[in-house]
Amino acid sequence: MMERKVVDPEYMFKRAPREKKFLIGNEAVAEAVKRANVDIAIAYPITPQSEATHIVGDIYAEGYIKDYYRGEDEFNVMSAIAGARMGGARTFTATSGPGTLRAFEMFPLWAGARLPVVCAFMCRGVNSPLTIQPDNIEIGWLMDTGMLIFHAENPQEFFDMTLQAYIVAEQPDVHIPIGVCVDGFFVTHTREIVEVTPEDEMLPPYDPSTSPVPIMDMEVPPIRQMRDPFVMKSNYISYNTHASWQQEVRAAGERAKKHIARYVGKFIEVTNPDAEILLIASGTAAAQARVAMEQAREKGMDVGLAKIRVIRPFPEDEVRELAENPRIIIVPEHNIVGWLAREIKSRIDNSGKVRGHPRVFGGMTMPPEFIMEEIVNGRAR
Amino acid sequence: MKSSIRMSGLGGQGMVTAANLLGTAAVKDGKYSIVIPFFGAEKRLAPTESYLRISDEEVYEKGEAVYPNIIMVFHKDVIDKGKCYTMPFYEGLQSEGLLIINSANKVLIPEYDISKLRELKINIIYVSASKIAMEVAGTELATNMVMLGALIGVTEIVTLESMEKAITERFSGKTKFIASGTTAALDDVLKKKYTKAAQLIEKNMEAIRVAYTSTKNA
Repeated sequence: MMERKVVDPEYMFKRAPREKKFLIGNEAVAEAVKRANVDIAIAYPITPQSEATHIVGDIYAEGYIKDYYRGEDEFNVMSAIAGARMGGARTFTATSGPGTLRAFEMFPLWAGARLPVVCAFMCRGVNSPLTIQPDNIEIGWLMDTGMLIFHAENPQEFFDMTLQAYIVAEQPDVHIPIGVCVDGFFVTHTREIVEVTPEDEMLPPYDPSTSPVPIMDMEVPPIRQMRDPFVMKSNYISYNTHASWQQEVRAAGERAKKHIARYVGKFIEVTNPDAEILLIASGTAAAQARVAMEQAREKGMDVGLAKIRVIRPFPEDEVRELAENPRIIIVPEHNIVGWLAREIKSRIDNSGKVRGHPRVFGGMTMPPEFIMEEIVNGRAR
Repeated sequence: MKSSIRMSGLGGQGMVTAANLLGTAAVKDGKYSIVIPFFGAEKRLAPTESYLRISDEEVYEKGEAVYPNIIMVFHKDVIDKGKCYTMPFYEGLQSEGLLIINSANKVLIPEYDISKLRELKINIIYVSASKIAMEVAGTELATNMVMLGALIGVTEIVTLESMEKAITERFSGKTKFIASGTTAALDDVLKKKYTKAAQLIEKNMEAIRVAYTSTKNA
């Protein structure tokens, strides 16, 4: 292990020198973990994230992480992560599709217990039938757990957002979990140029004394609710505690906005905001939409793109503003339910202009030509 | 100049390694590249593909190369047994595109498909890649190197210097490389075959050069 120094997070994210590497997403996230001053990583293998936690295991072996082990299954891993976080340790773990579902009980628990867990979700289709291929339907389910959700487009954003997530999640007025999501294979297994910060520079360690809730204290919420829970008693105080605590978790998400703006940057990246047709997308769909937009503009069509990077807290004000001008909004997605289109429609006044197509799911690729077809159809209307 | 390449073959033939090497070489040449492998729950001899985009400008498009301008077929089963992710195997190939096939047998493609490919003005190149790999490197595991050599010979898509650097990085053992279980097992086979990593690298480069020279001069 090399000699390393702690650096200021803002310096690391914005000003540190960067070295160009040619990495797959799974390597990029492991590079981030190496620089994140992580105390413990707990792993359970599942495609397409297995390589990431494999490499994180190598980093542990080299001494960059204090502890590492393989859990019995995803529910076990996410529970153990909760325990480690309650004990004041900075953690890393990752999972995919069916693993996310198996562990699901823990996600609202992390949020409710105000645990600043950072978990990477390398999204994959869920059973049945079995598939290991990309499909991000799980983000639609994670959105309402109280966790914050980032959606990275490529290995570069996966690297950056993973590091940034620790600093945002651990702010005393936030202190809730963040899921850093990517589309499996399209990011995890895709090799691209990634610019990484110096290997000998790492984030400051987590300081448990900054936690807004006492560490492992059994007498006050949120832990108080696990032993002898309030909600098991039928009185006003018990109901009110649970209700107000859920609001507090959502409020923590809102309070995260200023920290996200400072450390992560823009919630939405917009190109040609005044276009007649606006594509709104996140993750891989945004990459494909960018190519479609360029093709359309070359043919003289007036098309713009808004790439949403932060799904929770949802950038409602920005989306409402963006939705005012365009005649048509096209939302391409890599899942069958169209959670992003649903989200946008529910927040804007004129939801009739939102077209939730194309949707590609079950592991297939979304060629930019599919989006182009929607653009052409949209113009004809 | 933008290239979109689809490599189709059977698991174990090195499509993923070939794509990684080609992408690495392209980046060393100062270009942009995106490489993505595609396979099912992994096993040898199952249909495996990799997709590669190389451009002078930043590349965004992800996933399968649905409309490639170059297709490389590593095994005849891709053509006559449907062992690929598209049917027929050349689905989506752009007109005036390039098709490189690992086969000594030129009558492999059914007459109907040949006429389709002719309509599209496809440049079809046959290379006896597995045979050349045996002759030059002493193992069929170098088939992917011969295929790369043939591609570079026709297109000059990357420089041989950058390719040599990429191969040295991948096989020297000095740079950490995370491979799947089966890829690691095949790496071990190669390491046992050659006494030194330098010899492995040299044999791979020789396989590339033989194919490069023959397609360049063809």
